[in-house]
Amino acid sequence: MSNELLTDIKNALVDGKPDETVELTRKALKAGIEPMMIINKGLTEGMDIVGERFQTGEFFLPNLVIAASGMNQAMEILEPELKSLQQTAESLGTVVIGTVAGDIHEIGKSLVATMLSVNGFEVHDLGVDVTNETFVTKVKETGANILGLSALLTTTMTIQQQVIKALEEAGIRDQVKVLVGGAPISQEWAEKIGADGYAEDAIGAVELAKRLVG
Amino acid sequence: MRPKLKLLSDELVDQIINEGFALLMDPGVRVHNEEALKLLADAGAKVDFETQIAYIPEKVVRGALETRPSEFYLYNLDGEQVVHYGGDSVQFDPGSAAITILDSETQEQRQPLTGDFVKFVKLVETLPQLDAQSTSMICVDVPEEIGDLYRLYLALNFMRKPIITGAFRKDTWWTMKDMLSAMVGGEKALAEKPIAVFDVCPSPPLLWSDLTCQNMIDSARHGIPSQLVSMPLAGATSPVTLAGAVVQHTAECLSGVTICQLAQAGAPIVWGGSPAAFDMREGTTPMGAVGTWMIDCAYTEIGKALGMPTHAYLGMTDAKIVDAQSGLESAGGTLLAALAGVNMVSGAGMMDFESCQSYEKLVIDAEIIGMSKRLIQGIEARDNPIALTLMRELGHRAEYLAQPHTLKWFAEELYTPSSIIDRGTLDGWKRKGSKTSWERAQDRVKELLATYETPSISDDLRTELRDITTRAANKFGMDELPPLPID
Repeated sequence: MSNELLTDIKNALVDGKPDETVELTRKALKAGIEPMMIINKGLTEGMDIVGERFQTGEFFLPNLVIAASGMNQAMEILEPELKSLQQTAESLGTVVIGTVAGDIHEIGKSLVATMLSVNGFEVHDLGVDVTNETFVTKVKETGANILGLSALLTTTMTIQQQVIKALEEAGIRDQVKVLVGGAPISQEWAEKIGADGYAEDAIGAVELAKRLVG
Repeated sequence: MRPKLKLLSDELVDQIINEGFALLMDPGVRVHNEEALKLLADAGAKVDFETQIAYIPEKVVRGALETRPSEFYLYNLDGEQVVHYGGDSVQFDPGSAAITILDSETQEQRQPLTGDFVKFVKLVETLPQLDAQSTSMICVDVPEEIGDLYRLYLALNFMRKPIITGAFRKDTWWTMKDMLSAMVGGEKALAEKPIAVFDVCPSPPLLWSDLTCQNMIDSARHGIPSQLVSMPLAGATSPVTLAGAVVQHTAECLSGVTICQLAQAGAPIVWGGSPAAFDMREGTTPMGAVGTWMIDCAYTEIGKALGMPTHAYLGMTDAKIVDAQSGLESAGGTLLAALAGVNMVSGAGMMDFESCQSYEKLVIDAEIIGMSKRLIQGIEARDNPIALTLMRELGHRAEYLAQPHTLKWFAEELYTPSSIIDRGTLDGWKRKGSKTSWERAQDRVKELLATYETPSISDDLRTELRDITTRAANKFGMDELPPLPID
């Protein structure tokens, strides 16, 4: 019974059915399956399959994003349960991410956030047009070890440098690795402004994040 | 008969327009500009100043559609009408605001400098297929804060054609307006005979940023045309269905026309865009995708149904070098744009989505444009009877090369490309060095640049342009502009 439910959760996630994933997660909890078991044997295995199929080209971004949404919704139910058992889901690291002030481009940043979360990072997505202070405050508050800064305009890429300065002024620059991305951004630019890394796409960002905090 | 592309049934056109109107009431449009919100509220829209959302009733938008001009002209610096926005006129300008240039020698992308952009402007002047200039790349040898106006300053020193441009800030628009006025002898002259269009880009879905709104309002009040560049990304920032993306485009453009006309009734404004069919594998915005072309052509049909002048970003490639992909994608988009009757097609020279400009691609694209312009001239009888008299006279002899009829018509009927297109024999091609199209394009760029003559602009005017630009540069820590590369 419990194995069957976990397989169903995995399949619902892979098939892109978030509502069903949530419903089955509730059912599994009711059936007395350990929350950690649901995460490891249901959700995470499902996301692994989704990730593999995306890499091989069988799956596309909508498959990936909807599965991640299913996973996140299920985690919202599981997290209070874990807490009551005084357990925490394994996390590779904590990420704060957002598009810098004056820039409202969302897609690239959101894809990176999704991919990081799917790959086991705890992600705090601050959205777009995020002020420098908000980045600093959130990094302090979450104790993040990675900060992702997105900028899509040549006029806003300089803000990435300002955020790094703001981290220095707040005395927390050493606690966090700063990753930069966006259409006009390059490795050269990352080095120039003293960022810790640059990746050209969401998959590259995951590899980079793993390397930096691994 | 003028050949014409039609993608939408009449019923679908009506439904798209109706849904576009309906979106302006629910969920409404985000307008992050106080002045625009006030204009909309005064005109009868319900405005929530807290959330900055405007709910615009159809009758307010219909009012704007009554006052907008259905056509207008752009003038060259000799005061001649050279671009007609309206009807099915089709004209071309290079893609704008590239952040890199493809180096002619290394074929690597690098950041553009003053000399690169000036060379590009000169090249555009020499290409008859291109009807207008654009501020096609952003030079990195000046502070970023003046990146927009510096391009215009350089172009104005070397161009005679009109120009498609845009401002990246609210304050720089004013500097750019001053430069344009200086060129034609004042603001009044500029409004009477505009030489430039400012692109204004809403952000998908349904958002007008402060900057874009203000640029559009300021342009309207000075009689300078604005060009709406609405860019739904199908499946990412808009519905994935092509019709759904066009609905979103319709709503964004209708709200733009409304804000513009409320700022100044009768101000020229263009129904345009740069949509993309989002790539579901790479997460990119391909300009060479057939879905992208279809959204462009479909919204052009909507614009025409509403009596608007039209624009589209077409004729670009996602390729990283000037190769077969570059050729096929640029040709596909350009031919469709011509058949759709897009008034201004922006994109020539552009590659790697919308991020890189190339001299060599520009001169190849000019050939595609030449062929496209020929295509939409269509097929005509020319003579009556078409062929009977001539063919009976010649009987079964194949002596058409020797006929006055051939001499009379061949140049108009058969478009002859430049040496970029190889139509020689195999031996002939080998004799000329077995060159690829890239190498022939390199040669062509050099040939064309050798024919360029710097326009005779008075020293006073050059000084005035320089002073206006220098004052702006001073504000951002640059004492002196890079030297102007004048021969």
